[in-house]
Amino acid sequence: MKQLMEGSEAMAEAAIAAGCRFFAGYPMTPFTELHEHFARLLPESGGVCINAESELEAVGMSWGALATGARAATGSTGQGLSLMQESFSEITLAELPLVIFNMARGQQDYFQSTRGGGHGDYRHIVLAPMDIGEAVEHTQLAFHLADTWRTPVLIYGDYLLAHVQEAVDVTPIAFPPVPAKEWAVDGSLTGTGRSRIVSPLGFDKHGRPSEGIENHLRAIIANQERIAAEEVRVETGYLDDAETVIVAFGPPGKFVRYVVAALRAEGQKIGYVRPITLWPFPYDAVADAAERADRVGVFEMCAGQMIDDVRLGVLGRAPVTFIGGISTDGSGFGVGPLLDVEHIRARILALHRGEPLPPLPHNQRQF
Amino acid sequence: MVQPPANVELRQVGHKLPELLLTQEHHMCPGCGEPLALRGYLEAISELGLASRAIAVAGIGCYTSFSMTMDIDLVQALHGRAPSVATGVKRMRPDSIVFTIQGDGDMVNEGLQEVLHTAARGENVTCILLNNGVFGETGGHMTSTTVLGQRTKSSLDGRDAEYHGYPILIGDLIAQLQGAVYVARGSVHNAGAVARTKRMFKRAFEIQDRGGGFTFVEVLTMCPTGWFIPTLDGPEYMTETLGEVHIMGELKVDGVVRSTEELRAENLRKSAEVEQALARGGIDDHG
Repeated sequence: MKQLMEGSEAMAEAAIAAGCRFFAGYPMTPFTELHEHFARLLPESGGVCINAESELEAVGMSWGALATGARAATGSTGQGLSLMQESFSEITLAELPLVIFNMARGQQDYFQSTRGGGHGDYRHIVLAPMDIGEAVEHTQLAFHLADTWRTPVLIYGDYLLAHVQEAVDVTPIAFPPVPAKEWAVDGSLTGTGRSRIVSPLGFDKHGRPSEGIENHLRAIIANQERIAAEEVRVETGYLDDAETVIVAFGPPGKFVRYVVAALRAEGQKIGYVRPITLWPFPYDAVADAAERADRVGVFEMCAGQMIDDVRLGVLGRAPVTFIGGISTDGSGFGVGPLLDVEHIRARILALHRGEPLPPLPHNQRQF
Repeated sequence: MVQPPANVELRQVGHKLPELLLTQEHHMCPGCGEPLALRGYLEAISELGLASRAIAVAGIGCYTSFSMTMDIDLVQALHGRAPSVATGVKRMRPDSIVFTIQGDGDMVNEGLQEVLHTAARGENVTCILLNNGVFGETGGHMTSTTVLGQRTKSSLDGRDAEYHGYPILIGDLIAQLQGAVYVARGSVHNAGAVARTKRMFKRAFEIQDRGGGFTFVEVLTMCPTGWFIPTLDGPEYMTETLGEVHIMGELKVDGVVRSTEELRAENLRKSAEVEQALARGGIDDHG
């Protein structure tokens, strides 16, 4: 049954519906409400939510909860996630199924989310919902993918997804079974000669053939290659005869989809690609669209980060132009005036007609 | 070198493999105190009958190699972060006995905030600190517990308060926090201290087992390699340097903080008792 809910509440409800039993976080706009809802809802459902003393501790606590086999999550805004990157790297190498909510301030955290802001050779899945309905689905999918692949999964949210209300259904989604967590520690094998170790370092207990750090790292990469081959998610529209293709993700992707549909109704040959997984990135879909188009535009609410991946996909098949830009509210936390149908329409049309892009709108109210 | 009294019959107990150790091999330097501390807490867990519920969370330091040799379900944490990881483990498995193993670099430098907040929350876990006053694994560098005058590779002329600042007495600091119910500082410089430290481990684990709250056992350990001294001088050097500043004893019992003077007086009394016990022929480590 659908209920009207704020995005933060819907995501917390969806996480609990997916079996999340542990959350730790540190308040920060626009992540704060998600944490509040976990704090209210988790104890009611037999779980634990800790108001951690810092982001470093929040991610560490979730790490411990994951090691026992529990479904666990953490989150923040990109700024807070910067503090957690060391642990994201090691949790990936420890093959633990962490779910991370990045309620970002705009789309400036694309590099951080998709390039692994921490040290070492690692990537993890990044889902980018465009609205609250999709965020609810992605939240449940995230826990499923994390357990299936034994990897962290990050959900890229923002101010809109955190605060807008939509009517959504948060009942549990049925997924195929996930592998048993035989690696999880509960103390029961202590003293039996078969005790377990959950470690990012690739070492096993003495006397057992350890895969060693080199083989361990190669196995992680092999797993990531399988994920890259099997878990790409993307939505496309109007590409068959599109002369101009616009690439955008998240809520701005939903705006672009709306504008492109309207322009199509007016007879403009424009299509769109909306990456749903930012990693693995839908390079093939972008390449396929560019093969048939004259030009590709990238709309992001930042200085342009995903455009690097779009260029890697396009690989010279068509010119790639950035049509987004930095645009925030007065606080820098929320949504700027660029995220507006008229502005987006004007920029897409300018690109389509080979005209100069209109200047970026300025937010009128400074903090 | 200390010689045992002539009338004492030497008893070989060192070869006994603790039940929770998979091998006698270790990767430590000669004269290292950490394997003695390891034996202490492993035996404490076995003797209390807690083995089938014990989960360890290890930090990063020389002792990280114990992660592989301890027959204990274990989570390998990052440098400094073990108390937070232990918090997550304990909250999801409240019936387990959860403890961290960290060095002074790990706990007091990198992760000071983690251990203090875990103590302040009264998290029902036991944090174990192996304190030798240096970063042993990197080759003997100054940590936050290095005492004034102590030579390290990053304080070559000895730690100078004007230049390097003062050491943190972490046990004393934690004892001030309301959430910490039991705080003890042991040592492994002689047999008496080893036995006393093992009793501290037992008390801490017993308190955790009955849901008593945060417990903390610090152990002063020898690091002759990191201290640049002859191996056999380790115990004496330690008692004369670290041991004079980081005072051994039970710093907080049943939530009550004990004074440094009280601890010093107790230590003198215990030393005399050890001397007497040695004269009688041995030490009972179960007392």
